[in-house]
Amino acid sequence: METLQVISGAYRATYEEQDDTILWLTQAMVAAGARMAVLLRCNAVNYAVRAQQAPALAIGTWQQAHPPAIAADLARIVASGVPVHVVREDAEARGLRAGDLAEGVHLVRQGEVADLVARHGRVWMW
Amino acid sequence: MNDRKTLTFALMDPPYESARTTTAFRLLHAAIAQGHDVNVFAYEGAVALPFARQAPHANATHGRSAEEERHPVPREWVDALAAMAREKGTAFDWVNCGLCVDERGVGEAVACARRGSPADFWKMAEASHNTLVIGTR
Repeated sequence: METLQVISGAYRATYEEQDDTILWLTQAMVAAGARMAVLLRCNAVNYAVRAQQAPALAIGTWQQAHPPAIAADLARIVASGVPVHVVREDAEARGLRAGDLAEGVHLVRQGEVADLVARHGRVWMW
Repeated sequence: MNDRKTLTFALMDPPYESARTTTAFRLLHAAIAQGHDVNVFAYEGAVALPFARQAPHANATHGRSAEEERHPVPREWVDALAAMAREKGTAFDWVNCGLCVDERGVGEAVACARRGSPADFWKMAEASHNTLVIGTR
């Protein structure tokens, strides 16, 4: 049974975690044999932007070695065969065009989301 | 004219849950970097930020060992702010709400964090030029 991971809230603790916790969870479960798909909606559509880059963080005398690399994480998820869907209206509302997004992601209309949900045995709304 | 100010911050979010935590630490860093004296009152989940038993971990998904990953642990951020304040010659006072600590069992804090109460927050605010509250949403 394939699980649809619906991610609505982005960048919640990405500097502390060095990634997005749900993208990480998806990768870890896929590595364990799970069949997963991802739907990015609301501000999480920004995870699909290929040109994003997070600078290393400095707090006091502490310097971060590995800042989050969301674009690379998402590309790795796509390359692993996990379908990644992006709600087109949410992307357009943020000024994002198809050319701004990572290769391999699928733009879906808001009106198609119900069908996408129906095609998955499990739907986890994060 | 002396531009040195005393600033108090109230934090409420627990570690690893919100971008507000990183933003708050960046503000604390900026305040200390500019030579200001900084107070922090950690309330509710934020009392876990200086918890001494936080442990960095390896990350197989990232393909890095614990040494390579150098996973951020907020207790190091608290310590690093205190170290920066010492270098700059400014004051840095981190107060954990004691009742919140007890609720969560996170009494073992890094040395620069002390146990206190809302009364400390009030005193710090009274003695400050300004106070910024960053609450949980």
